[in-house]
Amino acid sequence: MLTFVGLGLWDERDVSFKGYEAVKKADKVYVEFYTSILMGTSIKKLSSFFGKEIKLLERKDLEEESWKIVEEALKLNVVILTPGDPMVATTHSALKLEAEKKGVKTSIIHGASIVSAVCGLTGLHNYRFGKSATVSHPYKGKVSITPIEIIERNWSIDAHTLLYLDLHPKPMSINEALEILLKIKDIKDSFAVGIARAGSSNPIVKCNRIGKLLHENFGKPLHILVVLAKTLHFMEFECLRKFANAPDELEKLVN
Amino acid sequence: MARAKKMVEKISELMWKPEKIRNMGIVAHIDHGKTTLSDNLLAGAGMISEELAGQQLYLDFDEQEQERGITINAANVSMVHEYKGEEYLINLIDTPGHVDFGGDVTRAMRAVDGVIVVVDAVEGVMPQTETVLRQALRENVKPVLFVNKVDRLIKELELTAEQMQERLVKVITEVNKLIKSMRPEKYKEWMLKVEEGSVAFGSALYKWAVSVPAMKETGVGFKEVYEYIKAGNVKELSKKSPLHRVVLDMVIKHMPSPIEAQKERIQVIWKGDLNSDIGKAMTNCDPKGPVALMITKIVADPHAGEVAVGRLFSGTLKAGMELNIVDRRTKNRIQTVGLYMGPRRVEVSEVPAGNIVAVVGLRDAVAGSTCTNLDEFVPFESIKHYSEPVVTMAIEAKNPRDLPKLIEVLRKLAKEDTTLHVTLNEETGEHLISGMGELHLEVKVEKIRRDYGLEVITSPPIVVFRETVTSTSPIVEGKSPNKHNRFYIVVEPLPEEVIKKFKEGEVDMKMDKKERRRILQEAGLSKEEAAGVQEYMEGNVFCDVTKGIQYLNETMELILEGFREAVRAGPLAREPLMGVKVKLVDCKLHEDAVHRGPAQVIPAVRSAIFAAMLQANPTLLEPYQKVFITVPQDMLGNVTREIQGRRGQILEMRTEGDMVTVVAKAPVKEMFGFAGSIRSATAGKAIWSVEHAGFEPVPQGLMEEFVMEVRKRKGLKLEIPKPEDFVG
Ligand SMILES: Nc1nc2c(ncn2[C@@H]2O[C@H](COP(=O)(O)OP(=O)(O)OP(=O)(O)O)[C@@H](O)[C@H]2O)c(=O)[nH]1
Ligand SMILES: [Mg+2]
Repeated sequence: MLTFVGLGLWDERDVSFKGYEAVKKADKVYVEFYTSILMGTSIKKLSSFFGKEIKLLERKDLEEESWKIVEEALKLNVVILTPGDPMVATTHSALKLEAEKKGVKTSIIHGASIVSAVCGLTGLHNYRFGKSATVSHPYKGKVSITPIEIIERNWSIDAHTLLYLDLHPKPMSINEALEILLKIKDIKDSFAVGIARAGSSNPIVKCNRIGKLLHENFGKPLHILVVLAKTLHFMEFECLRKFANAPDELEKLVN
Repeated sequence: MARAKKMVEKISELMWKPEKIRNMGIVAHIDHGKTTLSDNLLAGAGMISEELAGQQLYLDFDEQEQERGITINAANVSMVHEYKGEEYLINLIDTPGHVDFGGDVTRAMRAVDGVIVVVDAVEGVMPQTETVLRQALRENVKPVLFVNKVDRLIKELELTAEQMQERLVKVITEVNKLIKSMRPEKYKEWMLKVEEGSVAFGSALYKWAVSVPAMKETGVGFKEVYEYIKAGNVKELSKKSPLHRVVLDMVIKHMPSPIEAQKERIQVIWKGDLNSDIGKAMTNCDPKGPVALMITKIVADPHAGEVAVGRLFSGTLKAGMELNIVDRRTKNRIQTVGLYMGPRRVEVSEVPAGNIVAVVGLRDAVAGSTCTNLDEFVPFESIKHYSEPVVTMAIEAKNPRDLPKLIEVLRKLAKEDTTLHVTLNEETGEHLISGMGELHLEVKVEKIRRDYGLEVITSPPIVVFRETVTSTSPIVEGKSPNKHNRFYIVVEPLPEEVIKKFKEGEVDMKMDKKERRRILQEAGLSKEEAAGVQEYMEGNVFCDVTKGIQYLNETMELILEGFREAVRAGPLAREPLMGVKVKLVDCKLHEDAVHRGPAQVIPAVRSAIFAAMLQANPTLLEPYQKVFITVPQDMLGNVTREIQGRRGQILEMRTEGDMVTVVAKAPVKEMFGFAGSIRSATAGKAIWSVEHAGFEPVPQGLMEEFVMEVRKRKGLKLEIPKPEDFVG
C-alpha cells in the first residue's frame, strides 16, 4: 500500500492526526522536499516527532526510479510525506497513477496547501483565481514567458494569478521573481501581493504596485506571489487594506 | 650588426606603407619544397647567410622537424625586396605539408593575402595541393604558382625539352581547373597565366627560376634552362636567373597589397556591419581606426613566453594598450609588439594595420581569437578546419606528482593548436588527446617530453568512431523523468549533400531563413525539414517539424541541449554521432515551466534519440586515409601486401620510368605503425604520403567487435544496448 500524507505548510506539527497515525502504522516512511520545502522543520525533527526512521527522496527517486518505490509498496505499507497537500504537486499524480496501474492500493491524507493559505492570508476569494504558473530561474539567460502569458490570459477573464516561485537550485525571492517578469513585460503599474513564510508564526503579506514591491524586503523564504485581477470585490479590497497594508489607490480597482 | 640595424629601420619604415607590403603564405603537398623555397628566398634577400639556407633547412629549426625532415610548425619570416627601384616588405609564412598539421595551414591563410602554391614537377598536383588551394581560395587569398624541382625532370626522368614543357603546361592547366571549380566567380581574375608571370618554374634547391616576364630581362628561357642543366652548369643558371628575384618579383606584381586585399577580404571573414566605423576602418586598412586583430598562431618563445602572432586589419598596436579578447571575454594588456626580421622577432614601438604582428602579453588569446580595443565587436568568422580529429591517446604523467604540470601543458598545447582536442577528466584522471593523425599526436607527446621535460605514459593510439544510422526509425516516444512531457522523435540518415552545405559554410544558422530553406531543400531535405532545421552539429541536424505547439519555443533550447548531448556520445559505444537527422515530430509539454526544466527535457530528448537510433539499423563509421606510395617497380609486391594486410584497397597504380606510384585507401585504425612497416618492407625506398579520406561504415562483420572494443575500454556494459534501455 502507498499512502501520501500531506505535511501542511510550516513544521512537523502541521500534519493531521490521521496523517500521524498513518506514519505510525507504516513499514517504511519517506519524505520529499523536492516539490516544496517545510522551512520550519528538518528530517531529524520529523524522525523524532514521529518516532520513526524517515528517508529523504530525491527527484531521481521520485521520477526515474519511481518503480523502486512502487515495487516496495507491493509488499509493504509505504508512506510518502510531502509538503503541503500531496496532489497539488503534479509529480505525485504520476507516481500514484503508476502505482495503481501496477496494482498497488493508494490513498491520500490531505494537508493544508499554500493554495488555500494564500486565500486566508490575503482575503482574496478562492473562486476569483485563474490558472497558476511558476516563475522559473532563467536557463542560460533564457527567460520563460509562460507566466506573463498566463497573467494576461487571467486578466482577460478578470482573474487573479497565483505564481509559485522556483525552488531549484535555490528558493527564489519575490524580488527576483518580479525582476524576471519585468524582463518579459513592463507590468510595473499592476498590483500584486507578496506573501512570505505562509503557515509560520511571522508571515508577511504586502500588496502594492509591482514597481513598489520590487524594493520591499520580504525576509526569509519561502515566498509566493499573486498578481491581482483588473478588478477587486469590495471585500477583497478591505481585506488587502487590513491584512496586506495596501495603498489607498487600490480602491479604484473596486467595481 | 650595423646591417641588421639598418634592416630594422627599413622594415619599421616600410610597415607604414601598406601599398609596399605583401603578406603571403607558401603552401603545397608534403615535400614539394616549401621550406627549401622559403629558406632560399630569405637567403637571396640577404636575411640569412647562404650557408645557413638549404642544406639544413633553416626554417625547420625545431629539433623534431630536423629529425623527421618535415615541417611541423608554420614559420613567420619577413624580408625586403627591391622591385622596379622600390623596396617592399614581404611577410612570409612557410606552412607544413603533412595532413596531420593542416590546422596550421588553415590558420595561416587568415593572416595572408596571397599564396605561392608550390608543385613538385615530377609528382604533379597532389590531393594536398588541392586541399591547401581550397583553403586559400575560401579565405579569398590569391594564388600564384611555383613549379618546383624542374631539375628532376631533366636529370631523373630525362625528359626532352618538349616533354618538359608539356609537363609544366599540364600542371598549370590542372591548377587552373581547380581554381575554376572552387571559385568560379573569381576565375577570370585569378586564373594563372604564364605570359603575365603569375607562374614561375625552377628549382628551390638549386636556386634558379624562370618566368615569362623574367625571361624578357635575363634572356633565360626553357631552352637555356635545359642547356645549362644538361651541361651541369646550374651555378651559372642561378646567377643569371636567380630564384629569389624571379619569385619575389612575381609575388610583388601579382599579389595584392593589404590595402587592395582588405577591400574584398573583410566581408569574407567578418559578418559585422561593413558600413560601421570599424567596418570601414578594416576595409580601408586604416591605421587610425579601432584595433581589429585576429590571432592566427601562438608561438612558445624561449625568452618572451607565449607570443601571439596575427593579422592586424585595422588600428595601430602599441605596448601598454589594453585589448579586449572578444571570444574569451577578458582583457589583456600588451607588453611588447614586434615584427619579423628574417626569422627573428624584433620589438618595435608600434605596428600599424596591414601587417603580421607578434604581440607579447595577450595571455588569454588562443589561435583564432579576435582582439580589439572596442567594447563591442563582432568576432571574426572562426577559422574552420575541415577535418575532424580521428585519433586519440590516453596520456598520464609517469610521476603522479607531475599531474598538475601535465594538465597545464596540455591546456597550453590546445591553445596553440586548435586541431588538438584535449579532454581532461579530473575525476577519473584519464586525460585524452585527440588529433588529426598518429604523427600529430606523436609530435605533441614528444614535445611534452622535450620542451617541457615531463615524462609521460601514453596508450597506443585508437581511432574515434562515429555512430550513425542506415534506415528510418519508427516514431519513438521519450518521456521526461516526471512523465509530464513527451517527445516524439524520428531519426534517419542525413544526406551527404546537407552536411557538405553546412561544412562549406554555404548554409548556417545565422543566415536568412528562406534562403537556408531553399538550399537545404535542394540538398535533399523535405520542405518541412528544411524549414524546421534548428541546429547543425558536427554532421548532424535537428529539425522541428511540429506545428503550433504551445511552449515549444521556450523549450527548444533545452531540447537542443538533449540533441547535443546525444551527438557528443551516442548509444552504441558513447562515440560521437555523424550523419544523423533527428526530427521532432510531436511533443507534449507541461504547461508550467518548472515541470519542463533542464532535468526533465534534456534526458527525455537524449533517450528518445538513442532509442530511435537503435531501431534505425545503427552502425559505426571509421575514418579512412588515402595513401600514396612511390617505390621502385620491383618492390610493388611488398607494397600491395602491406596495404592488403591492413584492410586496404588499391585504387590506382601509375608507372613512371622504373618507379610506380600506388594509390590506396585504408582505415586509419589499421594504418597505425605503417611508417615503420613500409620502411622495412621497402628497405626505406618508399616515398609516401597520406590524405584524409573521410568516414566510411565499418564492415558489417566487424561492427559488433568494434563496439565491444570501445565499450570495454570505456568501462561500459559489454552488450549492445536495446531501445528499452532508454525508453521504458
Ligand atoms: N631535386 C630537387 N629537390 C628539391 C628541390 N626543392 C626541394 N627539394 C628537396 O625536397 C625535399 C623536401 O623539401 P622541403 O623543403 O623540406 O619540402 P617541404 O614542402 O617544406 O616539406 P614539408 O614541410 O614537410 O611538407 C628535400 O629533400 C629537398 O632537398 C628542388 O628544386 N630540386
Ligand atoms: Mg617544410
